[in-house]
Amino acid sequence: MEKFTTLKSSAIPLNIENVDTDQIIPARFLKATDREGFGDNVFRDWRYNKDGSLNEDFVLNDSKYSGSILVAGDNFGCGSSREHAAWAITDYGFKVVVSSFFADIFKGNALNNGLLPVQVSEGFLNQLFSQIEKEPTTTIEVNLEDQTISVLDSDLSETFEIDAYKKTCLINGYDDIDYLVNSKELIEAFEAQKTY
Amino acid sequence: MSKKTLFDKVWDAHVVSSVENGPQILYIDKHLIHEVTSPQAFKELEDRGIPIFRPDQIVATADHNTPTLNQDKAVKDALSRQQLEQLSENCKKNDITLYELGHKYNGIVHVMAPELGITQPGMTMVCGDSHTSTHGAFGAIAFGIGTSQVAQVFASQCLLLTKPKSLRVSVNGKLKKGVLPKDVILYIISKLGTNSGTGYFCEYAGNVFEEMSMEGRMTVCNMSIEMGARGGMIAPDKTTFEYIKGREFAPKDEDFEKQVAYWKTLPTDEGATFDKEYSFDAEDIEPMITYGTNPGMGIKITSNIPKEENASFKKSLAYMDFEAGESLINKPINYVFIGSCTNSRIEDFRVAASFIKGKQKADNVTAWLVPGSKQVEAQIIEEGLKTIFEDAGFELRQPGCSACLAMNEDKIPQGEYCVSTSNRNFEGRQGQGSRTILASPLVAAATAVAGKIVDVTQEIEEMEAVGI
Ligand code: SF4
Repeated sequence: MEKFTTLKSSAIPLNIENVDTDQIIPARFLKATDREGFGDNVFRDWRYNKDGSLNEDFVLNDSKYSGSILVAGDNFGCGSSREHAAWAITDYGFKVVVSSFFADIFKGNALNNGLLPVQVSEGFLNQLFSQIEKEPTTTIEVNLEDQTISVLDSDLSETFEIDAYKKTCLINGYDDIDYLVNSKELIEAFEAQKTY
Repeated sequence: MSKKTLFDKVWDAHVVSSVENGPQILYIDKHLIHEVTSPQAFKELEDRGIPIFRPDQIVATADHNTPTLNQDKAVKDALSRQQLEQLSENCKKNDITLYELGHKYNGIVHVMAPELGITQPGMTMVCGDSHTSTHGAFGAIAFGIGTSQVAQVFASQCLLLTKPKSLRVSVNGKLKKGVLPKDVILYIISKLGTNSGTGYFCEYAGNVFEEMSMEGRMTVCNMSIEMGARGGMIAPDKTTFEYIKGREFAPKDEDFEKQVAYWKTLPTDEGATFDKEYSFDAEDIEPMITYGTNPGMGIKITSNIPKEENASFKKSLAYMDFEAGESLINKPINYVFIGSCTNSRIEDFRVAASFIKGKQKADNVTAWLVPGSKQVEAQIIEEGLKTIFEDAGFELRQPGCSACLAMNEDKIPQGEYCVSTSNRNFEGRQGQGSRTILASPLVAAATAVAGKIVDVTQEIEEMEAVGI
């Protein structure tokens, strides 16, 4: 897993609530047996019109906006447990998703793939949206060490929560498999004296 | 001793150790896998040179991506075929039991495991599929995981997790006629919303669940995830034990008795506290349908769509092409799907058949019945339901997830409405541009017969009046 410490980037505002995993990556694209290439189909049915042409109205196709931070509406990532959703978002080039609420499984999947879910207050999220929409090149800084998200050259800033263990994993670029494999003795001991 | 909930008891018994200031290592008894969310996990382990830790605690099935016609022939779609072949190869290489397409135990993972007796009270179970919550109906801790976690369980039979908070939803009283378990859970979600359960594990309590069959309990627990909860549970009782007894992989004889004695200790202690509690009256619940693009947007079938001002509500209604304030009764419907891990068990087909018997499907309707497993399919035939369905013009397909997520050919066309017994009505879930209305198997059957949405309660009363 790639290490994550700080990120400075402009952002893409996806001002839609309840974005579910079927929208992030529709089921018909889940037939692959590896992890790469899902970015081509992220938000597929919103990015393209029915005839296959680009939907100019969709924010990802709006050349005003760019960057590796996705700012999304409330309750992002609800729906299925498909990790393909997190892969599609990272494969497209995002490193951070900001929302006022994340669905549980999506959040876990994101963290397991080095994608940082930053949960902010509703008020802050709305300020972010209006700031980015007003000034698309607005730079946002996400500092994992300090757990802060700030809009550069402004006093807009908020702290965010993250599980201490997950934070260490991201900063050091290691994952749960490493940890678990190293705990094998403990696990075997547990198996030997299970109480149920 | 402190009072414990059912969830506490099962969770605490599975904690291997705790990471300082961090999550706990939770031991997983059973790991279910399928073709869509496992290939990348197998590959990850292979790339890192890590062997599968406990292959005999893994069971695999092919379900998400399988055709529901001609299962005896080679799968037509090349990508699907490759995914299925990959699963077979991975299982073979790693000594994992696989019920592949055509096997007598093949089926949707959440239908197959309970009916084989694999699912048991007090277990921890995971699967790379969010509706793993289904197995909680047995008093197991069962939840969906992502592919990275599938790899973790492969590598260690454990997961690193923070214990979720506890939530209890109680429903007491007497359910009205025609109100099925699906209506109960759609009602709860419509009241609580789609993220009230986030961060929680939910226990369902009260006489309504106590009196429910295992099939009904599975339908309820299945949709826990639609209110954001990782899982749902129902205390194991006599109904649970009787269901398990004698099934293929259930403990036998003395072992069974020993397990039952343990299972009986699992229900929540009197006086144990929950972080959040809700309770509802059974009398308030009526047959339900959804009108929007998330499962929380549900109403009584006879009510009108509410009026709300916010943008996401309006977007949702625009997608469905419904008006705020209108009734859905008499809306013409061209597709009906009875299937998915929510409602594709034998009981669901019995209910549908009892309504359909002697009637005809409306001409405008395409009605797909997709059993949850080979065993359910066999039972449908054995009980003579197949004849009832076919005489009425319904199409009985072969088992699989099918139009629930439309990964195979079973897609609802652009713009069409489908009354579906599945669990998700997201935009495009059943095919690009499709419009899903979630309902019980009874409402679905009545829709197929009428060719439009009808008040099923009234229909039942009329049937009874003429003695059907
Ligand atoms: S039937 Fe639908 S919800 Fe159930 S496992 Fe299959 S795809 Fe998932």
